[in-house]
Amino acid sequence: MNVAAGVTAVVAVSLATLVIGAFGLRVSRTTSDFYVASRSVRPLVNASAISGEYLSAASFLGVAGLVLAHGVDALWFPVGWTAGYLILLVFVAAPLRRSGAYTLADFAQLRLESRSARLVASSLVVVIGVLYLLPQFQGAGLTLRTLVGAPTWVGGAVVALVVSTIVLSGGMRSITIVQAFQYWLKFTMLLLPIFLFLHHWRGDGSPHVSHVHLSDWVEPLNGPHAMYLTYSLILATFLGTMGLPHVVVRFYTNTDGRAARRTTLGVLGLLGLFYLLPTLYGVLGRIYAYDLVRTGRTDSVVLALPASMLHGATADLGAALLGAGAFAAFLSTSSGLVVSIAGVISQDLLAGRVIGVRAFRWATGLAVAVTLVLAVATSGLPVARAVELAFAVAASTFFPLLLLGIWWKGLTPPGAIAGLVVGGGLSASAVIATLAGYTGTGWGGALIAQPAAWTVPAALLTMIAVSLATPRQRPPNVVRTMVRLHAPEHVDVDRGSYDPESSR
Amino acid sequence: MDGVRTAIVVAAILGALIVVPLWWFARKRLLGSQAERATFRTLHAANRAAAPLRDGLTEASAEKALRSLRSLLSAPGLVLSDRHGILGWEGAGGHHRDTALIASATTIAEGTTRVDRIKCPDVDCGLRHVITAPLTIDGDVAGTLQALVPMAGAGVIRATNEVSDWVSGQLELSAMDQDRSRLAEAELRALRAQISPHFIYNSLSTIASFVRTDPAQARDLLLEFADFTRYSFRRHGAYATLADELRSIERYLTLERARFGDKLHVTLRVAPEALPVTVPYLSLQPLVENAVQHGLEPKTTTGHLTISAEDAGQNVVITIEDDGVGEAPETVQRALNGDGEADSIGLGNVDERMRTTFGDSYGLVVETAVGAGTKVTMTVPKFAPRAHPSTEPA
Repeated sequence: MNVAAGVTAVVAVSLATLVIGAFGLRVSRTTSDFYVASRSVRPLVNASAISGEYLSAASFLGVAGLVLAHGVDALWFPVGWTAGYLILLVFVAAPLRRSGAYTLADFAQLRLESRSARLVASSLVVVIGVLYLLPQFQGAGLTLRTLVGAPTWVGGAVVALVVSTIVLSGGMRSITIVQAFQYWLKFTMLLLPIFLFLHHWRGDGSPHVSHVHLSDWVEPLNGPHAMYLTYSLILATFLGTMGLPHVVVRFYTNTDGRAARRTTLGVLGLLGLFYLLPTLYGVLGRIYAYDLVRTGRTDSVVLALPASMLHGATADLGAALLGAGAFAAFLSTSSGLVVSIAGVISQDLLAGRVIGVRAFRWATGLAVAVTLVLAVATSGLPVARAVELAFAVAASTFFPLLLLGIWWKGLTPPGAIAGLVVGGGLSASAVIATLAGYTGTGWGGALIAQPAAWTVPAALLTMIAVSLATPRQRPPNVVRTMVRLHAPEHVDVDRGSYDPESSR
Repeated sequence: MDGVRTAIVVAAILGALIVVPLWWFARKRLLGSQAERATFRTLHAANRAAAPLRDGLTEASAEKALRSLRSLLSAPGLVLSDRHGILGWEGAGGHHRDTALIASATTIAEGTTRVDRIKCPDVDCGLRHVITAPLTIDGDVAGTLQALVPMAGAGVIRATNEVSDWVSGQLELSAMDQDRSRLAEAELRALRAQISPHFIYNSLSTIASFVRTDPAQARDLLLEFADFTRYSFRRHGAYATLADELRSIERYLTLERARFGDKLHVTLRVAPEALPVTVPYLSLQPLVENAVQHGLEPKTTTGHLTISAEDAGQNVVITIEDDGVGEAPETVQRALNGDGEADSIGLGNVDERMRTTFGDSYGLVVETAVGAGTKVTMTVPKFAPRAHPSTEPA
């Protein structure tokens, strides 16, 4: 592989991200026209931004790798990651926007009127954020190794460095238009090479290689406990999306609940479109790069395909495009995540000790450093699996909180906290065991590998039971909060206010 | 073993995340001598009871406070009541509800501590006396604290009295808290921005000057003026979104531009992510008005006004900058303190409203000097529970 092409692609993407981050607003929004200045983000642009930030290493590299290795069963990953937005659309999007909350912790505070609930939610945001950041760094390591043969930790370090620079150079980094651009960049980078590949494949006489038809690859529900594992995966991905810190903050940009719903609908479409491509890569990989399954490096299939299918300059071009796209994926997702995590750490967990911008910088450094160490320590897991674990924790904590918080008056602060602690504790323990390399056999192993199917109900039941047991602790303004969450903006009702400082 | 190494690192980091806060709490609880620990326990129980009591006398606060109060008094049963009945009952003696109610009513009427005998057919009950002490707020009896005990000795009566005095103190503090927040709300209502009479006068005379020369322009300006006043005079909502405020500023500037002609250049740099943020209603317009009237109007050459809103994570930073004549920092300081000349009251008013709504760290930052222009920076949190575009000042 041509090292120079790979390095150029990665450097170009990193520089472009830095420059756009620094000057994006200056260039795009300087005007003397009020009409232009007060034009809000349109739902489709916002949907692109959400998709751009959401499509991470797991989607760009991981899905194809899993399809290559496991066939039909792996399709549940992209399906789940898309369908999560359906649940978000139906149950959460509009009420969350109407609440005026910016982060998940804000929502907990608003709905439960309790500082303790806010703190627990904040801590969980950090845990989920770090778990989600972890595979991004690992994916970057993998990309650089495939592209230029660097050791695995280098890629993680490069992403950590670029992201820290982006976030620490101050100001706003999560510009909607930049993230929207990232979606189309990733999509194009994945789309262009596929034409080359398909052309080559037809030129080859459209071969069907025998290992495509292995029964364990084309038939669903293979292997021990496949039924349980699949349903648990479905639960985690369907319900976990709403608990991802960097997704939820984007909804604030929508003008109202209706726009929030339309944005979510847009995301569903864009993700559905995008996920067609990694699947194709997986299938092509099965035909042309089957040796990756034997060596266990399935995650690199997207990057390895150009070399195994094409030759010369075309191969280099394909590899460079895909490498650049993958790096764009790490950078956009990571910077969104780091901003979210650092915001929560500096606002809630460091509050009072370090103030303002310094707190934010400390928090950024801390989040990136911890993740980098973890990424180096745990490099065994497939990228898509690692991301799915973050989803499992999110599904076991914020799904019950949002669902019950929005749709049930009876949720009390003790109930919510108990549920968050139970769901978060159980799922995080399972995730830590998996990350640490624990692979049990039999039912125990299955339950640990895919915890969502039992941790989500556990968290839900705990929340309901404890809330029912503490009916007197219902927040005093819960009815008003409910009106605020559910009444459309144009309905003129008293949405009330409460002051958390006086209702401590 | 790779897995083992990994497990150790992961466990160490997560362990640290759990242990550090625990250590933080544990450090505060240094063990001392017997007496010190007893004092600590008492203070701790009092502290725990104080927080709910600061919310006033309600069922929820009574339930929480009684748990701590009972450990303070070590009475088998403890009851909190207000003028309407029993709010919470902690511990034994639930079947003596009627006795407690009568005793409580008597104490509320008479205002003194009393001890009543309990007649109980149940041999196992063991409670023989109920001590009823009044809870007073500003001299009025607001409720009672009752202790159900096997034997009402002088010690326990005195202790009950002391605890009821202490509870009364907390309740008075809570009443003061309520007064204070009502005061803050009233202040906020009083601070409700008003459009300046200067502006009305100026606008109308500008429009008048166009009536003959350019009737179409005059009509447009009059409509702008009507829209502007409609927004400014609206009756409900103490908060508005940045987008709404910008629209109001646009109308204001259209009217001012008619007066200034080409002398006024406006540059806007507004991040779309900042548009939905909630700001106090009519908080930007006075700042722009200030920049135009005090910064740019006295200037002879073309003036530039820059309005920017940046997304800064949890906050939005809004700046209004002009390259006008500037002002002496002392004058601005006086305006912010609220005792400047009438013209600059806008600045002090906005600053006050920002602080009342979001907290003292969200005051205005003004950078200026004579001849150096003025820059006003306003930081607004994206989420503030009490601020919502549809919210009335209670």
